[in-house]
Amino acid sequence: MYTADTAAHHDHAHGAPRGIMRWLTSTNHKDIGTLYLWFSLFMFFFAGALAMLIRAELFQPGLQLFQPAVFNQLTTMHGLIMIFGAIMPSLVGFANWQVPLMIGASDMAFPRLNNWSFWLLPAAGLLLIATFFVPGGAIAGGWTMYPPLYIQGGVAYDMSILAIHILGISSIMGAINIIVTILNLRAPGMTLMKMPLFVWTWLITAFLLVAVMPVLACAITMLLTDRHFGTHFFDAAGGGDAVMFQHLFWFFGHPEVYIMILPAFGIVSTIIPTFARKPLFGYVSMVYAVASIAFLSFIVWAHHMFTTGMPVGGQLFFMYTTMLIAIPTGVKVFNWVATLWRGSITFETPMLFALAFVFLFTIGGFSGLVLSLVPVDIQLQDTYYVVAHFHYVLFSGSAMAIMGGIYYWLPKWTGHMYDETLGKIHFWLTAIAFNITFFPMHFLGLAGMPRRIPDYALQFADFNMISSLGGFLLGASQLLFLYTVIKCVRGGAPAGNKPWDGADTLEWTQTSPPPYHSFVTPPQIKLVRGRSHANAR
Amino acid sequence: MQTHAEHDVYYVPPPSIWPLVGSVALLVLASGFVMLLHKIAAGPYVMALGIGILLVMLFGWFSTVIRESLAGKYSDQVDTSFRWGMVWFIFSEVLFFAGFFGALFYARILAVPWLADAQMLWPGFTAAWPTAGPGVKTVLTPVDAWGLPALNTLILLSSGATVTWAHWGLQKGRQFQLKLGLALTIILGALFISLQIHEYGEAAFTIRDGIYGATFYMLTGFHGFHVMLGAAMLTVIFLRALAGHFTPGRHFAFEAVAWYWHFVDVIWLMLFVFVYWL
Amino acid sequence: MSNRSCQRIGQIPGAIQAIPILIVWFVSARAHAEYGLNLHAPATNLAQKIYDLHTAILWICLAIFIVVFIPMCIALLRHRKSKGHRPARFHDNLTLEIAWTIVPVLILLAMAGTATRLVVAMKDTDEADLTIKVTGHQWKWEYEYLGDDIRFISTSSTPKEQIDGAQAKGENYLLEVDRPLVVPAGQKVRLVLTSADVIHTWWVPAFGLKQDAVPGFIRDSWFKADKPGTFRGQCAELCGVGHGFMPVVVEVVTVEQFDAWKQAQKALVAAAAASAGKTYTLAELKALGEKVYKTNCIACHQATGLGIPGAFPALIGSKIVSGDKSGHIDMVLNGKPGTAMAAFGKQLSDVEIAAVVTYERNSWSNKMSDVAQPADIAARRK
Repeated sequence: MYTADTAAHHDHAHGAPRGIMRWLTSTNHKDIGTLYLWFSLFMFFFAGALAMLIRAELFQPGLQLFQPAVFNQLTTMHGLIMIFGAIMPSLVGFANWQVPLMIGASDMAFPRLNNWSFWLLPAAGLLLIATFFVPGGAIAGGWTMYPPLYIQGGVAYDMSILAIHILGISSIMGAINIIVTILNLRAPGMTLMKMPLFVWTWLITAFLLVAVMPVLACAITMLLTDRHFGTHFFDAAGGGDAVMFQHLFWFFGHPEVYIMILPAFGIVSTIIPTFARKPLFGYVSMVYAVASIAFLSFIVWAHHMFTTGMPVGGQLFFMYTTMLIAIPTGVKVFNWVATLWRGSITFETPMLFALAFVFLFTIGGFSGLVLSLVPVDIQLQDTYYVVAHFHYVLFSGSAMAIMGGIYYWLPKWTGHMYDETLGKIHFWLTAIAFNITFFPMHFLGLAGMPRRIPDYALQFADFNMISSLGGFLLGASQLLFLYTVIKCVRGGAPAGNKPWDGADTLEWTQTSPPPYHSFVTPPQIKLVRGRSHANAR
Repeated sequence: MQTHAEHDVYYVPPPSIWPLVGSVALLVLASGFVMLLHKIAAGPYVMALGIGILLVMLFGWFSTVIRESLAGKYSDQVDTSFRWGMVWFIFSEVLFFAGFFGALFYARILAVPWLADAQMLWPGFTAAWPTAGPGVKTVLTPVDAWGLPALNTLILLSSGATVTWAHWGLQKGRQFQLKLGLALTIILGALFISLQIHEYGEAAFTIRDGIYGATFYMLTGFHGFHVMLGAAMLTVIFLRALAGHFTPGRHFAFEAVAWYWHFVDVIWLMLFVFVYWL
Repeated sequence: MSNRSCQRIGQIPGAIQAIPILIVWFVSARAHAEYGLNLHAPATNLAQKIYDLHTAILWICLAIFIVVFIPMCIALLRHRKSKGHRPARFHDNLTLEIAWTIVPVLILLAMAGTATRLVVAMKDTDEADLTIKVTGHQWKWEYEYLGDDIRFISTSSTPKEQIDGAQAKGENYLLEVDRPLVVPAGQKVRLVLTSADVIHTWWVPAFGLKQDAVPGFIRDSWFKADKPGTFRGQCAELCGVGHGFMPVVVEVVTVEQFDAWKQAQKALVAAAAASAGKTYTLAELKALGEKVYKTNCIACHQATGLGIPGAFPALIGSKIVSGDKSGHIDMVLNGKPGTAMAAFGKQLSDVEIAAVVTYERNSWSNKMSDVAQPADIAARRK
C-alpha cells in the first residue's frame, strides 16, 4: 500500500494550452502519453485492416483478391506497422502516463525530448504508409527485411529503411528519457525495490531499447549501402554473408520481442493484485525474473535461424539458452497464480484481460518451448506454427495486456468509468475470436503450411477458412473497443480518485483525471508491503 | 542518487516548437535522401532544406537550453538527469559501433573461411585478410597501420589529453587554460579529420572492394563523422567558454562534450587495432 | 459452487480450460490420419525421432499446464469476493519459489538431453551413398547429381488456370512439379544446398529436413528414406512473388528403379545435345517459348507481358525487347544483378532461351518478327 504525503499546492506556472498547439508543442507527459496512445490505436486499426485483407485472400485456396506481389506487401507491412506503430508506441504511451504518476515525479526527465520522441512517429509513419503509393508498392520481403531479397526492391525499400531509422531515433530517445526518469525522478522514499512492478519492467525494457535499436540501425544502414553504394556486406561474392544480416537483425529482434512483452508483464502484474485484493506474490523474484529474461534475450538470437545451417555447437548453445528462458517466464506465471490464490477476486474488464493474458500467454510460452528444441524447430520454422506462436505472445500477450491496461487506467486518465458491459462484451468477443483465428494455425503449421504464402495446398483449406472467419470477427470486435474508449473519453460515471478498491499504486492518490501537473512537489512515500486490501475504501 | 533534502521543484519547460520542427526536418531530410538515391532532380535541394531546418532546430533548441541554464532554472536534480541522459546516449552509440565491429569480426572469423571451404562454388579462393571476396576481382593493398593511422592515433590521444587539461583549468577557475585546451583540442580534431581525408584519397581500394573495403570505409567513415560532430560540439563549447558560460561548479555541457570526445577516442583505438593493425 | 454469479463467469474459463485437453486427445487419436493436425507421417528414422520428441514435449507441456492452471481455476472459482472470500495476506514463500525454479530446470535438462543427441545425428552428413547439389532459384529448384552428370530444373506444374480459379484444383495443387527429385530408398542421400539469388529453404516435412539455401555458401544435410513413395514439400523462406509456388517433390524408388532412371536421364541429355544445332521455325519457337515463359517469367512479367509497374518492368514496348536481338539474348542469359532478373543462361538450354526470346519478341503487341535460333544463343554465351 503506497501512501503519499503531498503538499497541497499545485504549481500552475503553465497549464494546458488551448487548441492544436497544446498537442504539437506539448511538454506534458500526460498529453504526450495520450498522443502515443491515439497514434498507436490508429496504427493498430491500419495494420489490422491489412490483416483483414490477408485473411480475405487466405479464405480459400487460389488467388482471388491480390496478386502475390501485393499479398507480400500486406504481410510485411502488417508486421512492421503492428510492431513499430501499434505495440511499441502504445507501451511508450503507458510509460508516459504512468511512470511519473507511479513514482511521484512531476513529469518525464526531459519533457521536450519526450515530445520529439512522439512527433518523430507520425513522420516515420507517413514515410512508411506512403510506400503503398510509390511505384512498385510497399516493401514485400517480410518485416525481417532479409537480404538479398531486400536488395532487389524499389524505392519503398529505401523509404522504409529511413522510416525505421527515424523510429529508432524516437525509441532510443524515448527509452533514455524513461530510464533517467526512473533513476533520477523517484519521489523520496520510493526506493528501487519499492517501485511498482510496471515501473521495473519499463526500466528494463528501456535498457533493452537503448542497447538494441542502434544495432538495428547498423544492420539497415548496411542494407542501404549494399543497395546503393556498392558494399558487399551481405553478398558472398564480396566476402560478405546474407546470414550475417540475420544475426544482426535478431540480435535486435529477440530483445525486441521482450521489449513488447515486459511492459505487458508489468501491466498484468498491476491489474491482478488489484482485483485479487492481495499483494503481488514474489515481488522480488518478479524483478529478478524480468532482469533474467532481459539478460537472456541477448544470447538467444540465433534460435530464429536454426535452419540457416550454423555449426552444431551454435545450434546447441542457442537451444540451451533458449530453453533457459522458460525458467524466469515460468516463475512469473507461477507468481501470478499464487497472487490469485486465496485472494478476493472480482472480474472487471481489466481483470478478464489479465487472466486471459496469463492463460493464453502461457500457451504461447509452451509453443515457444516446443520451438526451442532444434529438431522440432527445424520442422516448424517458417510455418504457421510460428505465426500461431507469436500471435499468442503478441496479441493475446502484449495487445490484450494493453487493452486490459487501457480499461484499468481509463478512469484515471479520463475521470470517467468506461461502460463495463461493453468492456466485457469486447473482452469475450476478442478472446473467443482470437482463439478461433490463431489456434488452428498450430495445426496448419504442424501439417506443413509455410508462412508468407498467398495461396496454399488443398489440405490446408478448412483451417484457413475457420481462421479467416475468426479473424474477421476479431477485427470487427475491435470496433467495439474503439467505441467503448471514445464513449469513455466523452463522458460517463465519475470515476473518483480510486475506482478500484484493491489498487494501491501512487496514481490513485491523485484526482481523476489527475491535475495537468501532478506531484510538482515530490511526495514522501511510505510503503507497507503486504498490507491486506480487504478493508480498503 | 541526488538527495531530496532541498525538495526543490524539478524544472518542466513550457511548450516548445522545436521538437516538431525537428521531426519535420528529419522527414524532409529522409524524403530528399530517397529522391537523391533514385535520381530525382529535386533530391539534393530537398535534402539541403531538411538539413537547413535541422540546423535551425538545433540552434533554437540549444539556445533555449543555454538560456534556461544561465537563468538558473536547472537544479542539481536536473543536472543529474542530463548526466544520466548523456551516459545512456553514449551507451547507445557504443552499441551502434559494436554492430559494425560485429560485422567485421563475423566476416573475418566466420564468413571468409566458410567461403574458402565452398570450393564447389568458389574454386581457388583461399581464406585471407584483407580480402575483397571470391567474386570481386581486385588486388587489395591495405593501409599500413604504422604510417598515417599511427600518427592519427597519436593526434587523437593528445586531443584527449588536451580536453582533460582544459577541464582541469575549468575546475580550478583558470579560464585561459580552459580556452587554450579547448582550442588545441579542436585543432587536433581538425588535423585528424584532414589526415583521414588525405588517407581516403591515397587509399588503393574503395568501399566497393568487397567486405574489406566495406567494413573499412563504414567503420572509419562513421567514426570520422562522429569526430566531426564532436569537433562541432567542441566549437560550440569553445564559444560558450569565451562567453564565460562555465563556472568551476556548473559546466555539464563541457563535461558531456568531453565524455563524447573520449568515447570517439576509444572507438578510434579499437579501429586502429582491429581495422588497421591486426 | 452453485452460486449464480460463479456459474456465469466461472463456466467460461472452465470451458476454455477444456479446449487444449480435447485438442491433445484429438491429435493423439488421429496422429497419422489425414486431418493435418500433426506433423507429417515420418518417412525417415530422424523424422520419426523428431515426431516422438514433439509428442513428448507436448505431453510435458500439457502436464505443466494442468498443474499450473488447476490451482488458478480453483482460485477463480472459490476465492471470489462475490462468495465472501477474504483475501489472505501472504506475498512470499521461499520454499515454493525455489521449488518452482528447480523443478522446471530438471524437466528442461531431461528434454535437452534427448534433443542434443538428435541434433548431432541430424548434422552427421558423413558416409553418404549419394550426393545431390540443390540450387534454389527464384522460383524453382535445380538438382545436380554429383559425379553422375545429371542436372535438371524442377518447376511447379500447377497450371495458372487452377490458381486463378478458371479450372478445378487438382489433388496435389501447388505441391506438384514437372520433374521430381528421384532418389533410391534405403540409401543415405546427402544434399549440398546453395542458391543462385536469394535465400530459399528446401523442405520435405516427411523427411524432417528443412535447410536454407544461402547464396554463395554451401550448406549440407541428409536423409535416408525407408520406403519408396512420393513426398511433397515447399520452399519455406520468403523468396519473392513466387515463394508460394515453389514446391519440392521427391520420388523415392527402389535401387534398381533408380539405376534405370539414371540411364534414361543420360539418354535424354544425349538427345538434347544432338538437337542443339537444329534450326526452328517461328511457330515452333513461339510454342515452346510460351511454355518456357509460363514456367520462368510469368511470376514477374505477368501473363500480359505488362509486368508490375515499379517492381517488374513490362516487356511490351520494352527497350530491350524491341531493341537489338543480341541485347535481348544477353539480358536473358546474364540477368540483371541486384534485381530479381536471374541469369537464365545457367538454368535453361540454348533451345529454351531461343524459344523464350522469340516468344517475347513476337507476342502481345510486340511484332519484331525476328527469330532467335539456338545457334545465336550459343554464340552469345561467354
